[in-house]
Amino acid sequence: MDFDLSEEQQLLQETVGQFIENECPMARLRELFDDDSGYDPVLWKGLVEMGLAGIHLPADFGGSELEILDLAVVAETLGEHAAPVPFLGHALATESINRAGNDEQRARMLPSLASGEHLASVAFAEDGGVWLPEQWTLAAPSGTTGAISGTKEIVEFGEQADYFVVGLAGGRMAVVDRNAAGVEIQRYEGADRTRRLAIVTFENAECEVLENSDLETAGRVRDVGLVLIAADAFGGARKLVDMSVEYAKSREQFGVTIGHFQALKHQLADMAIDIEPARALYWFAAHALDHVPDEAVRTAAIAKSHLCDRYSRIARDATEAHGGIGYTWEGDTQIWFKRAMQNRVFLGTPRLHRDRAADLAGW
Amino acid sequence: MDLSYGEELESFRKEVQAFLADNWPPKDDGNRDDQTRAFRRKATEAGYLNRHIPKQYGGAEQPPDSMKGAVISEEFTKARAPMEPRGIGTMMLVPTLLERGEDWMKEKWVQATIEGDVTWCQGYSEPGSGSDLASLKTKGELVDGEWVINGQKIWTSSAMEADFMFCLVRTEPDAAKHAGISYLLIDMKQPGIDVRPLKQMTGSSEFNEVFFNDVKTPEDWIVGNRGEGWLVSRTTLKHERNGIGAAGQVVNLFNGLVKLAKEKKIDGKPAIEDASIRRGLAELEGYVKSHQYSGFLQMTKDLKGESAGVIQLMNKVNSTNMGNMVAKLAMEILGDDGVAAPDGRGIVGLASGAGDVDGLWTSQYMSSLGVAIAGGTANIQKNVIAERGFGLPRDAAAQRSK
Repeated sequence: MDFDLSEEQQLLQETVGQFIENECPMARLRELFDDDSGYDPVLWKGLVEMGLAGIHLPADFGGSELEILDLAVVAETLGEHAAPVPFLGHALATESINRAGNDEQRARMLPSLASGEHLASVAFAEDGGVWLPEQWTLAAPSGTTGAISGTKEIVEFGEQADYFVVGLAGGRMAVVDRNAAGVEIQRYEGADRTRRLAIVTFENAECEVLENSDLETAGRVRDVGLVLIAADAFGGARKLVDMSVEYAKSREQFGVTIGHFQALKHQLADMAIDIEPARALYWFAAHALDHVPDEAVRTAAIAKSHLCDRYSRIARDATEAHGGIGYTWEGDTQIWFKRAMQNRVFLGTPRLHRDRAADLAGW
Repeated sequence: MDLSYGEELESFRKEVQAFLADNWPPKDDGNRDDQTRAFRRKATEAGYLNRHIPKQYGGAEQPPDSMKGAVISEEFTKARAPMEPRGIGTMMLVPTLLERGEDWMKEKWVQATIEGDVTWCQGYSEPGSGSDLASLKTKGELVDGEWVINGQKIWTSSAMEADFMFCLVRTEPDAAKHAGISYLLIDMKQPGIDVRPLKQMTGSSEFNEVFFNDVKTPEDWIVGNRGEGWLVSRTTLKHERNGIGAAGQVVNLFNGLVKLAKEKKIDGKPAIEDASIRRGLAELEGYVKSHQYSGFLQMTKDLKGESAGVIQLMNKVNSTNMGNMVAKLAMEILGDDGVAAPDGRGIVGLASGAGDVDGLWTSQYMSSLGVAIAGGTANIQKNVIAERGFGLPRDAAAQRSK
């Protein structure tokens, strides 16, 4: 029994965390938060140089062949720092190509994505809460190449991505070049200013269908995404607890630090009690994707729902613990509060995935 | 990350399974208590129970091994076989005696306690001294080679039946608050002890008030030195940590709830088909699985000799919270049947016994509250998390009283 991160995983987490702390401290994060793009190409380039763009991809294509748990501990660190980088969309797009592309497609597409030369994102969501591969409606071309039409929403860093992996009817997935004719990218102002969104419309846009894509491979991509969001949520929620504890130690009222007051102590303890055990849940969910296939699908759904709800609750409590300053634009907790809002929705709400978990259990 | 138990432990698991297959449940129709006692003795001889207790005092004397402990706990839980009696004597008195008691005390009481021949109650709380335990007032005076004890204890579980009490008593009235207390052992079957049951909201009486009126105990029935009682009461042996086994109980409770949801109906359909119940169960499962896998994590840290950090301080509140959540959802599922009295008797005159289950769940609804209060209320546990876990300052009032 060894249910813990390996030394390499701990080192990976520390290295990524240190790098973000140096490159994107609070002042820089605030700048990007108020900036138009909300994107830090320098920070992303540095992370790419650490190998994060292809961490889970085969070595033949320039990747590091690490596991989903490795991806997830990186996601936790990015969530902790609310890092404004296009990690999630890129990881899911490359996972899609790696899982659903044929050998030729993988060999052609993956190297420039693994090296970070090109950036990819996923265009899965459709209007009305449609996230699941079974629900995708855009008609897939009959051959490998062809054209697609339709609209996808909530595309993370859609304005920056060079390629989109688009979800199509029947769980098919296709790659579209952002510069292809008939692709229109429109900014969508989301609440979370650390991961900007776009609406992408395809009108007879040329695409290349990933040959082996089907409901199963698309489901795998969804599950990886659920786990990465759960990990991000854990990192963010933990950070909010730490921020609140620090605030309780420094802020004075009635002549003492507010950490003396039992009401606040209990609120902070409740927050920690809510989130601390859930680290093990996201670890197991990530581990299961590579090693415990029987439990992977349900656990991913439960982990996503659970962590996103916990993150939302803690984001509210942490903001409240900061008093009036917490409610201002100037306050820092709002950055994570809004990230929690996006995590909750991205790839499907807790309600959606709890319903799936119930169905999968045969309830 | 490696969740396998390895070859050695899997073959150990097979041994445990084979032992259980041969010995539990008992094959004859004898008296259940006798059978349980005989089974426990066999299981101890086989090295599965009472592992940390020396052989001379009736234990198995096995080296600490959390993984073996976990396998035993898993297999015993699965087979619903009895583990060590969960009484306060085995859980608190025996470890204390083994670490701090005189040899004659160990000989006299350890084996008798783990085999259930003598039972104990704990005399800590007093009417004015709950969370502020060190303010207790029950007095012990040494008169002619005997302690003479006067005062009152409260929330004393099983005081009616217990043979002995281990008790915190103020013996050094002039010493500072914490330094004036001694840890005495008291024979409960003597004049001067008056036990009055406290009926709790479930209708049963697990707690009592105990009044001492010139109660006597021999001078040497003291564990540790005079005035060291506070420290002695905090003695804990390094136990095998059964994080996984403990989570097993929560998992069983959750599975019971799912079963209830399949059996009960809401609007004429099985409750489990109701959207809010399904989501409630899935939400609860997030907590249950977190708790379960956190057990793996704590076990791993334990094996490496590392601290699992703040999460170790949270186990009690976590189980408490889950007990509450399970109970609340059970009440949703029960609907109108949630009026059932918690005595498990169900509907009088209904041959089917349909009401029995309802009573068990309404009992769970109430007793989950008892768990939240016993052994330090959840509020006190949260103070501990905030002060010891986060390093926040102690409460101003608590600081003043030190």
